[in-house]
Formats: sequence, structure tokens, C-alpha cells
Amino acid sequence: MKPAIVAEKHPLDDLIRADRMPHIWCPGCGVGIIMRCYAQAILDSGIPLEKHIIVSGIGCSGRVAGYMKLDSYHTTHGRAIPFATGIKLANPSLTVSVFSGDGDLAAIGGNHLIHAARRNIDLKVVCINNFNFGMTGGQVGPTTPKGAFGTTAPYGCLEQPFNLPTLLKACGANFVSRWTAIHVRQVKDDILYAFSKPGFAFIEVLAPCPIGFGKSNGIDDGLEEMEMYRDRSVLIQGETFNDEDLVIDLRSEHPIYVGRFVDRDRPPFAPAKVVQS
Amino acid sequence: MTRPAVLTGKHFMHGDHACAEGALAAGCRFFAGYPITPSTEIAEHLAARLPEVDGVFIQMEDELASMATILGASAAGARSMTATSGPGLSLMLENLGLGVMLELPTLVVDVMRGSPSTGLPTLPGQSDVMQARWGSHGDFAILAYSPWSPQEMFDLTILSFNMADRYRVPAILLADEVVGHMVEKVIIPPEDQIEHLSRKKPSRQASDDNFQPYLVENADLVPPLAHAGEGYHIHMTGLTHDERGYPDMTAETHNRLVTRLFEKIQKNADDIIRVEGYELDDARIVVVAYGCTARSARSAVLQARAKGIPAGLLRLVSIWPFPEKIIRELTQNVDHFIVAEMNLGQIRLEVERVAHREVKGVHHAGGAMIPPEPILAAIEEVAK
Amino acid sequence: MKVYDRTPLNLDRMLVPRGRVFLIPGRCKGCNICIQFCPKQVLQESKGQNARGYHYPEIAEGKEDACVHCQFCMIVCPEFAIYTDAGEEVAV
Repeated sequence: MKPAIVAEKHPLDDLIRADRMPHIWCPGCGVGIIMRCYAQAILDSGIPLEKHIIVSGIGCSGRVAGYMKLDSYHTTHGRAIPFATGIKLANPSLTVSVFSGDGDLAAIGGNHLIHAARRNIDLKVVCINNFNFGMTGGQVGPTTPKGAFGTTAPYGCLEQPFNLPTLLKACGANFVSRWTAIHVRQVKDDILYAFSKPGFAFIEVLAPCPIGFGKSNGIDDGLEEMEMYRDRSVLIQGETFNDEDLVIDLRSEHPIYVGRFVDRDRPPFAPAKVVQS
Repeated sequence: MTRPAVLTGKHFMHGDHACAEGALAAGCRFFAGYPITPSTEIAEHLAARLPEVDGVFIQMEDELASMATILGASAAGARSMTATSGPGLSLMLENLGLGVMLELPTLVVDVMRGSPSTGLPTLPGQSDVMQARWGSHGDFAILAYSPWSPQEMFDLTILSFNMADRYRVPAILLADEVVGHMVEKVIIPPEDQIEHLSRKKPSRQASDDNFQPYLVENADLVPPLAHAGEGYHIHMTGLTHDERGYPDMTAETHNRLVTRLFEKIQKNADDIIRVEGYELDDARIVVVAYGCTARSARSAVLQARAKGIPAGLLRLVSIWPFPEKIIRELTQNVDHFIVAEMNLGQIRLEVERVAHREVKGVHHAGGAMIPPEPILAAIEEVAK
Repeated sequence: MKVYDRTPLNLDRMLVPRGRVFLIPGRCKGCNICIQFCPKQVLQESKGQNARGYHYPEIAEGKEDACVHCQFCMIVCPEFAIYTDAGEEVAV
């Protein structure tokens, strides 16, 4: 055996706040993986770094803003999307991304999520779905699969989770896709694609949360959840499917469908303008 | 034919519309809000006017979104505002705190109505005064002005934007339904006569990697503001943060940061505070009032003077920060303070606190303007 | 020498990177995702520990020349702790 070559700097260190590394996420957490995909997409986008803005909410996923070396805004719980809307409408030349979790975006932030999608505001929303409120210790949330356990559902979650891709499709988002944390290339590609596509983009990425979710649900560590994603995800590509198939059910053998579900070109929101006469 | 941003001239104007025109004259080009009586006319007027001046109007899904959106617009460099009433302000409080913590200037116009709860949507109140000051969680300070006429709806909106930008803090315009809905003469000056105070800009270049967004280098305790997209790569967080903007959740940093945010307004209070005095020079009885109630109070004071009672009116044009020095100065020669307000004693508590004496109150929970009669009766009673 | 059913026409010109693995040991949190998903099984958990007590990866026995710079470890690592470069390129 041989040690790897010890390095001081990672190729993406210029895009992240390397002075704050290592970051706070747990061993095996998927948030760091998705942040790396985002950083790579920013590099590949060709858009100058000062034009990229990241806005996040509260939660583990929301901490991404603090580690990206961009103009970054770590706002209040659930309100990242309207804050980002303000930035984008005040300065339309900026590329504004929203990074947040399933709880922040779909529970407290649910109303803002559906309205921004309805209006087709030009925002790139990355929703890191780890099926729970991780930062606060593993409470169930609106995307917790039925029957899964959490600290506020000691007898198992009794509620049906949100089917986020279908919800966003119904609201009118221009681009909706879902991947898992193992689909690192596709996640990066979709973020990159979203940068060039005007309108509301929603990229859901299922991610391991070994301490908040995995521990209570028989998934021992992040690696095991990554293997589960590798084994159970099924790509839907250009096939017809029922919207209900997209609901995540971890107990049964129901596959986890991933892929691009919506890719359309409705015009993005533009405020009214009166032509000077 | 589209209208310019500054409608120079003499107008007979609705209070809410005058506020909207004041915003445009101040360079506000961003409104995000939610309809709520009695402030809706501000939104409606700006929905028509902002597109004429290349501004942005968006009606959001609720007040929570509205407050977050105007902070985002401010972070991107715009002068932004929203307009609401008591129930909406309650919803905006959390993000008001975010604005204080991020030190983002913006304007929230609260056209107060009968409260609490749904209360009296179409009738006046003045009971959001303490909420504006203390409603959000934590220790913080904001600034708030209170207009008593459509002319002041125009003027104080401009002043609010200037002070908010100067001190990097959200401002609240505490109007009431009477002032918001009355129609009166409003004079709009030429554009070059309207004062415009800009935000403090960073002195370092964007390419200088050492810019710290919350490093304060002046005695005024205000750090320079770098906007989104200017290349400074700043991090703003609602968590307790250090000068770099990075979360630093320690007791020491927290105390330092929160104290500075608090003192930023207290230390600069003299620049922010505005009051107007009527017959104060030799007054032994001073009525303290603001907003529409001040109109009745002035009438009561003039009637008292006609009867030979040495009464005066201290009209609070700014409510927060509270004009403690002015009240303390008055205590030397004034025998009695009377506070007349359309709530059950919110500013009376402040006057008592500062003057260290009991203060007579003329109070009403809201719903109709307090007429001069009860104020005059109070003056006569203490004059005995 | 690998045996092919049909020999690729450019076999004599094909060059494969002999990748070099770089590590920032202080950032590793021992999640083992890179070790498990390396398509060439180049990595294994070391006995050594970083300052936080995590066992970072090292090159496994006999795998010193096995890395082909596919970069999967880099793109799947949550910690910005590992990456590869192409090293020298060698004939197949």
C-alpha cells in the first residue's frame, strides 16, 4: 500500500471559502457532494463569478451559501426563494441560484416555492432532499416517506410525502428533474443546463443524511444510502410514466425514478414595462 | 404619454398616493407587497407608476414573501419598499430582524388601522408603535417616522429612504388610516432640490480579496455595503457573524455585534430624530402627539392658549429612536406632560420612562380620530 | 497484454493515464464513498488518522498503477478532499 500524495489545495478551492474547510456536514452527508457539483457547474458555465449569486435558507443544505465564494445570502427559514426573487428582479443580469433542503423549501417555504414556479421566476433551485429536518436533529418533514421514522414520528410517519417533481410540474416550472447524490455527473449537467435556460428550474437531489435520517431508518451510514441509490434508482428517459410513480417509498421495492421530468420553454416572469412615448 | 418619476408641482393628493410619489422621487424603483387595507392604494399606485419609470412592481403571495423580496432587491442595490398595515407588519417581523442583522436598508410603510388582529381594516389606529420598535425577536433598533399629512407622507418617505441608506437599517413609516386616506395639498419640489443620501460604498476594489463586509472603520458604526454582482463575493448571514460575515456563534461575537447594531442607531439618534414644537418656549403643559392625533392636539393646544393656559405641543415626527434628550430638556420647565394617542398608552410609557414622572394619557383603542375636546379637557384638568 | 475479440485499430496509439491520487487528509471524514465507488478499487482505508480521528484513504496493495484518472473520487467526495491528475500516459 502507498499513501496518496498530500495536497494543500483542491482544484475547486478558488470557488469555495477554503479558509472555512473542513465544513460542518457529517461524514457521509450528501450536501457536500451536491455543492461540489454546483461549484463545477459554475466553473463550466463561463458566466463570470461575480454574476453568480447563491441564496439559501436554514438547514444543513442552507449552509452551502456560507462555503461558496460568491455573493452569498444565508436568509431566514423558508424565505430564500422570495429573497432570491428580489435580487433577480432588481438586477436581471445576475444568475441567481437557491440552495435549500426539503424542509426549508417544501414545509415553511412551500407557499413561496409554488408561487415562484407559477410565475416562472428565473431562479435555479437545488432542493437537497434528505427526507427530514436534519439540522435540528432528524424530525420528519413533508418529504419523509410514509412509514419512515423520525424524532417527531417515533411510531413511523403517518403522512404521505410530497411528490415534488409532480408538484413543480403542475405549478408551471420550466425545468424539473430529480437525481440522487450518486448521480454526480447528471446533477452537474442539469445545474449547468439550468444556468442557460431562462425560467424556474427545480432540481431535486436525494441525499444521504446518516445521522438525521439514516440512523432511525436502518441505513447505517452515508455509503450505504449511496449504494441504495445506486441499486434502486431507475432512469426515466422519454418514457411515459404516471405521476404517482415518482412518490418515494423506501419500504417497498418501488424504484426511485430519476431523470428530467419537465423541460419546457414558457416565458420567464418579466415585470410590466410601459414603453416611453 | 408616460409621467416622469418626480411630479414637480402643486397637487391635491391622496395620502397613500403621496407616499408612493415620495418613494419615486427618492429613487425607489422596487416594490413588492401584498394588498391590505388601508395601504393598498400605495401598491395600486405604484403598480401603475413603476413600469413608467423602469421600476419593478411585483405582488407577492403574502407579506412574508414581500419582506424577504424587498431585502433581496436592496442587496442587489435597489431602493426597495413595501406597504402594509398591522396584521401584515406582524407577518413581516421575522424578516425585519433579518434586515437588521444583514444591515440592509429598506422601507416598510405601515398604514396603521384598528388592531389587534383583524380589528378595523378601514378605520385608523396608532397601536403598532411598540411593535415597530420591539416586535421582532432580539435586541435591535430601527428608525420610524410618523407623518401627519399627505405632504409629510411624501416628505417623510424620502427622509426614510435617506436615513435607511445612511445607517444601513430597515425604516418603518408609521402612518395611520386617516393620513393615508385623506386628500390634501402636496407640493412636490423639482428633482434637483430633493436630497438623496447614498449608501456608503466600499473603499477597497473588488479585486482586493481582503474586503470584510462587516468591518466598521468609522465612529458612525456603519459598514460600507457591497451589492450583489459587484464582485466582492460577500457572505451575508442571519446567524451571528464576525467582520468577514462568516458565522461565528460565540457569546463574545454576539454581544459585540448586537451591541453595535443597537448603538448604530442610538449613537446617531440626533441625526435621525425630527420633532416639531408648537408654543413650546414658555409651555408649562406639553402635549406629546404624533400622526393624525397631533392635528387634534394642536387644535386643543391653540384653544388652551386662547384661554390663557400655557400649553404647548411636541409633535413627534420621528418616533424611533425616541427623542429622549428633548423630553429630558423639557422636564426642566414643564409641569405636566400629556400624551394623546390612538392606543392604550404605548408612547405614554416612553415619556414616563424618560421624564421619570407620571404622565396623563388621552387614549383611545382606535377606530376614530381623537377629537380636540378630550385633549383640551385633559389640559384644563392638569392646569388646575 | 489484453486479448480482444477484435483488435482496436488504434491500439498501438492508445494511451491510458496512470493517474495520481492527491489527498487533503485534514478534510477527510472517513465516509469511505471514494473507496467503495472507485471503479478500479484503487483505494483502501488507511490505518493512519487525521487530526479529527478519521481514517483517510490510501492506495491499496498492488494498485499503485491502477488509477486511470476517471475522477469519480473527486466528483463524489463530499469534502473537497481528494482529486486525481492524469499523471503520465502509458500505452495500453
